[in-house]
Amino acid sequence: MSQYLLSTYFVDGEVEGAPMTPEDMQAFMGKVIALEAEMDASDTFVFGGALHDPDAATVVHSSDGDPVTTDGPFVESKEHIGGFYIINADDLDEALAWARKTAEATNHPIEVRPFRATGRVEDWRGEA
Amino acid sequence: MTPTVAARRGATDVERVFREVYGQAVATLVRVFGDITLAEDAVQDAFVVASERWRSDGIPPNPAGWIVTTARNRAIDDRRRSARGRELHEQLGAAARTWHDPVAEEWGEDAAVKDDQLRLIFTCCHPALRTEHQVALTLRLLGGLSVDEVARSFLVSEPAMAKRLVRAKYKIKAANIPYRVPAEADLPERLRAVLSVLYLIYNTGLDDPQRSVLRSEATRLARALVELMPDEPEAAGLLGLMLLSEARVPARTAKSPLVLLRDQDRTKWNRTMIEEGHAIVRACLRRNRPGPFQLQAAIQAVHCDADSFEATDWAQIVALYDQLFSVMPTPVVALNRAIAIGEIEGPEAALAALDAVAPDLDTYHLLHAARGTTLRRLGRRDEAKAAFERAAGLAATEVDRQFLTQQIEEY
Repeated sequence: MSQYLLSTYFVDGEVEGAPMTPEDMQAFMGKVIALEAEMDASDTFVFGGALHDPDAATVVHSSDGDPVTTDGPFVESKEHIGGFYIINADDLDEALAWARKTAEATNHPIEVRPFRATGRVEDWRGEA
Repeated sequence: MTPTVAARRGATDVERVFREVYGQAVATLVRVFGDITLAEDAVQDAFVVASERWRSDGIPPNPAGWIVTTARNRAIDDRRRSARGRELHEQLGAAARTWHDPVAEEWGEDAAVKDDQLRLIFTCCHPALRTEHQVALTLRLLGGLSVDEVARSFLVSEPAMAKRLVRAKYKIKAANIPYRVPAEADLPERLRAVLSVLYLIYNTGLDDPQRSVLRSEATRLARALVELMPDEPEAAGLLGLMLLSEARVPARTAKSPLVLLRDQDRTKWNRTMIEEGHAIVRACLRRNRPGPFQLQAAIQAVHCDADSFEATDWAQIVALYDQLFSVMPTPVVALNRAIAIGEIEGPEAALAALDAVAPDLDTYHLLHAARGTTLRRLGRRDEAKAAFERAAGLAATEVDRQFLTQQIEEY
């Protein structure tokens, strides 16, 4: 069993594929709810969520115990993660199948990234 | 025979056997260990042992089985020796216990060995890997080419190719790309990717005699794939396409590095390969499940059937290109169809058809070469020269560039 991050990227100023009308929104929500129900039923869903815009981000640096707080995202970029799922899957083929379903439901490209390790660092010992 | 000659012949025999069994041995050990790097290292270790022992004792009757057993045992011994690997050793021991005796059981069963190779080729050509990595992995793991040979074939340095292979293997492991023949629903798309990689490997070897190893390796792998998947007509189509192309290589490179089909000495064509290619195309026709590779093979079969360029059944070729275009509507297919049209309806019709596809293929040297040839037939010499100049400027290989420059110099 492996775990994967399925993340969706939004591009600043682009609303392509985003639901425009209340009806569209309802259809979109319906598809995502059905997808998540399917993920739950197969014990695939670990965690997921939608993020606020990068305008809401704050970065904290610690240099020599001196914390510095700055406004904005760590990387200034037109593209940013809009939301993500963390899923359980047997292998990449299974993860890609979920990514395909997620891309269909959300109408956004999905990046699939395998976790090197998950859970608490305490539990990784002896694995490295 | 002097002892030195005998030893040298022994050495080349051993090298030949290594090349033949490398892919089989790695494929089986990947299944046993679940790890490509471990499988490769174990096979390399076994080759070191074999190169000493076989030279004195001779090559054993089942060299692949010998390599797999030796490789597996050495990998287990290695892990046993290192304290860190105790856990892994237990894992390998468990794998080995469920595996029984490979020589006696599995290597007696051809099917199991072939299944291992089939699984591995689908891993190597997984769509999550970029094409250049798919090609490199296929040649290294299944073709048994050395890293240096793969590097030279793709005109990159050995360290660069080694890095490419490491990155590809890292992704397979990190992302957990499975060693598995894809499910029925995904099979057509996944098989197409495998066939495309093999055809790319073949074509890379076609234009450069220095890289002919790629042609023989691609053909060998295509043949193995046909044996593994006898019910997939596209795999057969690819093998037929390669054989019918390969059959003409002696004539293609006879007097100069590139002799066009029109000018080839057809007595130099390899009849045995053509017969096998024709038999494959006939079997595909009977099955009546056409696809892009089968149709391309059928087109080549018509060419190989003609005693001379003039005797070619161009109507049949155009009909096949029409069918090919309906399943694979690419500008390159349209370009080839336009050239065939010229042989039936004359150069003016060909030029009109070529100009129709020109916008999509403006940077493709063969479009401009075809326009040059057609304009020359129409007596439009200045335009023909300009087209050949454009083609020579765009040519991807030295052989093509020289050929096209020659066309310009004829003016």
